[in-house]
Amino acid sequence: MAEPAPETILKVEDLAVYFPVGGYFRGRRSLPAVDGVDLELKKGECLGVVGESGCGKSTLALSILGLQAPTRGRILLDGHEVGAGMDRMARARIAQLVFQDPYSSLNPRQTVRATLATPLRLHGMTDDGEIDARIAAMLAQVGLRPEHAARYPHEFSGGQRQRIGIARALILRPKVVLLDEPVSALDVSIRAQIINLLLELKDAFGLSYIMISHDLGVVEHMSDRVAVMYLGRVVETGRWETIFTRPRHPYTRALIAAIPDPFGGTRGVKVTGEVPNPLDPPTGCSFHPRCPEARAICREPPVPRLEALGQDHLVRCRRAAELAA
Amino acid sequence: MRIGANLLIGGTLFAVVVIAGVLAPWLAHTDPVMDANLMNAEEPPGGAFWFGTDAQGRDIYSRVLYGARISLTVGIVSQLINTVIGVCLGLSAGYWGGWWDDFVSGLTNLVLAIPSLIFALALMAILTPGLTSLLIALGLTNWSFTCRLARASALSLKSQGYVQAAKVLGYGDVRIMVTQLLPNMLGPIIVIGTLGMGGAVLAEAALSFLGLGIRPPFPSWGSMLSDARDQITTAPWISIFPGLAIFITVLGLNLLGDGLRDILDPQGRAGKA
Amino acid sequence: MSAEPLLQVDDLRIDLALGDERFAAVQDVSLSIGRGETFGLVGESGCGKSITALALIGLLRPPLRLAGGTVRLDGREIQSLRPAEMRRLRGKRISMIFQEPMTALNPVSPVGRQIAEMFVLHEGATWQEAERRAVEALASVRVAAPERRAKDYPHQLSGGMRQRVMIAIALACSPDLLLADEPTTALDVTVQAEILDLVRDLCAAKGTAVLMISHDLGLIANACRRVGVMYAGRIVETRAAEEVFRAPSHPYTSGLVASLPLLGARARQGRRRLKEIAGVVPSVAGFPHGCRFHPRCGRASDLCREDDPAPTPLPGDGLVRCHHHG
Repeated sequence: MAEPAPETILKVEDLAVYFPVGGYFRGRRSLPAVDGVDLELKKGECLGVVGESGCGKSTLALSILGLQAPTRGRILLDGHEVGAGMDRMARARIAQLVFQDPYSSLNPRQTVRATLATPLRLHGMTDDGEIDARIAAMLAQVGLRPEHAARYPHEFSGGQRQRIGIARALILRPKVVLLDEPVSALDVSIRAQIINLLLELKDAFGLSYIMISHDLGVVEHMSDRVAVMYLGRVVETGRWETIFTRPRHPYTRALIAAIPDPFGGTRGVKVTGEVPNPLDPPTGCSFHPRCPEARAICREPPVPRLEALGQDHLVRCRRAAELAA
Repeated sequence: MRIGANLLIGGTLFAVVVIAGVLAPWLAHTDPVMDANLMNAEEPPGGAFWFGTDAQGRDIYSRVLYGARISLTVGIVSQLINTVIGVCLGLSAGYWGGWWDDFVSGLTNLVLAIPSLIFALALMAILTPGLTSLLIALGLTNWSFTCRLARASALSLKSQGYVQAAKVLGYGDVRIMVTQLLPNMLGPIIVIGTLGMGGAVLAEAALSFLGLGIRPPFPSWGSMLSDARDQITTAPWISIFPGLAIFITVLGLNLLGDGLRDILDPQGRAGKA
Repeated sequence: MSAEPLLQVDDLRIDLALGDERFAAVQDVSLSIGRGETFGLVGESGCGKSITALALIGLLRPPLRLAGGTVRLDGREIQSLRPAEMRRLRGKRISMIFQEPMTALNPVSPVGRQIAEMFVLHEGATWQEAERRAVEALASVRVAAPERRAKDYPHQLSGGMRQRVMIAIALACSPDLLLADEPTTALDVTVQAEILDLVRDLCAAKGTAVLMISHDLGLIANACRRVGVMYAGRIVETRAAEEVFRAPSHPYTSGLVASLPLLGARARQGRRRLKEIAGVVPSVAGFPHGCRFHPRCGRASDLCREDDPAPTPLPGDGLVRCHHHG
């Protein structure tokens, strides 16, 4: 019995964000933080976005939320275009964000109730009884108690603050939630609590997640699909099993190889060097200076395109088919 | 909340001055302007005249009490105007950035370059002397500090997660500035405001002393000092008491400001246990 | 017959003064590191691992204070040395690298000069000689074009490069012991791997022992030969690295291992709900009475609430502090 294909809830088309950088002798240049990204998020799915510093994942997140104007491209949230057309209130009801740092993501002068009630009032809920009911239900859902509503952020632990942040993100019942390193700033022994909670909430509310993280273990655990970014572009994307067990792009392989195996083994060839300056990117494939598999063809412009290497598996590498054999 | 010595002493001094001013009609012995009896001119302190009398035979004690009203009004109201202007400009400049920030910063630099007292002097020369003019002059010339402070606070606070969260939740810019940023920067602004009040009291005294503030016969501490210039060696009490009143008020305000800073500052810290 | 350990720490106690009260932030900590060995100290925020390292190198400042125990380097007690004598040891016998190289390096001095300082201070070299050796040191930490890089200021270098400079400074005089406090936490994943390999290779070549501190259990288990797990100011388990993940003994360690989403686990076993450790990490002012882990422990009994367990030796040179271990 064939299930209807899940609908696409978020579509990013050829997104590019260039930041103007002034220079004294070189004049104004453009820093391509995001340089032509295509992504698709289906309802109920968790898309993990991985990459190191300078890859553009944060800028991508800000663009999706409407906090950063794109230089080029379109973002479609639930069919509506984010940007000029969509007003911020409508967008707020569709896409929300959970922050990395639980210590600076809550207003220290507002009680939990105020933090949760104000968005509801802002979006038209007037009945106090209804507001209180919604807040109580939300708090219970994230594992907090009703009496917590009257307290201030500094009275809570890091894990609890993150739960409050999650409650705030979900109070307007959005469809898409962006998780920006949701557990990186938390103590290791409580990360499992938050990871489990996020997965439960996704199922309970039918949410779709975009999770940005540098922690590959967490990404593998939580994601249905994964996109790997390098220097402003997606270099590989596919289902989680494909990315983690059969990665084809040398950078993806390098990322996996870099994670220390607690049992002392090695996971593959590690790479050396550092991420190049985005203002002065290498010609052709931007990863070629560090790539253990680079050949002459990799240096030649233009930038390689994302090409299908199998079902639901795209790789931006001229040698991908060769290396897969 | 530990109440430090600064807060206690400063608060007490300030409270004394406020009470003196508010209850002046009941605490004073005479009418400060009308009850002038040349027969009693330049009486030293004692007997019916607790602080003595001045050259016109007016009771200095009563005049000092009524003078408190003027000084406090000037201090509080002008500083309020300053704070409102400074916060509005600085907060919006820090939050919005761009050309508005450039404009406000330029304006602030301009105003800062002119000594506020001279600026106020110039304004008073244009406007007719009197209490309202004094409030306008002092209120319009001393906002740069607050503006700088509000701008710096806005810049540092706007990158906090909860501000971004508010944006994502659909809050408009003004709502974010008022509900998210302002409550979190009140501490230093209140402190600067309190210290500024002391400065305003001194400025009023200076301007009135120069004849550009409150004109006689109204009892302003500054104009009382001005009147007493010629009698400084013969009847020093005419200068001493208004001078002491200014000193106590400004000292009280300064200590109060310091004390408030001690309480308000540590509360802003929200760090890991 | 085992050789005398390079570093022997016994019953270390560090007090933290908060207001008028004094709390034991670290208590009864004992460990030993052999010559050339890598030992990992792993734990969460507030467990005391960083301040233990600071105590070893004599860098504790008020409100922290060394309140008891002995630290022996090559048999000689160093915990109560005078500051001048401790300074002579630092850089020459014990060195330390930190998490954030930007704050550990002098921003107004070229990096080559900062490395050269080590040779001048500790080995009496001339500046000319020292600068030459500094360039060699930069080459040894795999910095390309070391002569040019030596003239750069810290802010002109990337995070990974700055960390290499810090390693070069720390290892310049071939100390016997290197303390590494979260040296890779602030770096990108691929750079982390490189830096860890570099530290391992260099220290192996120079025979330098390493005390590596991290909150990342996987990293420590991979990089070190022996591991000490710290919780609430105590070492609750010491094991050989390969045993820590395979057969953890203390409920905290086994709880951690079960709660971490390890790379490859989902491919092998499917997605399982991660086993949570209940509760929160206690702060110094509120360490529980009895066994410090008991409020969060599934095996807690009345004994645990009353009695702080003493260390029990385990086979293979390990130990564990638990009434219900294994």
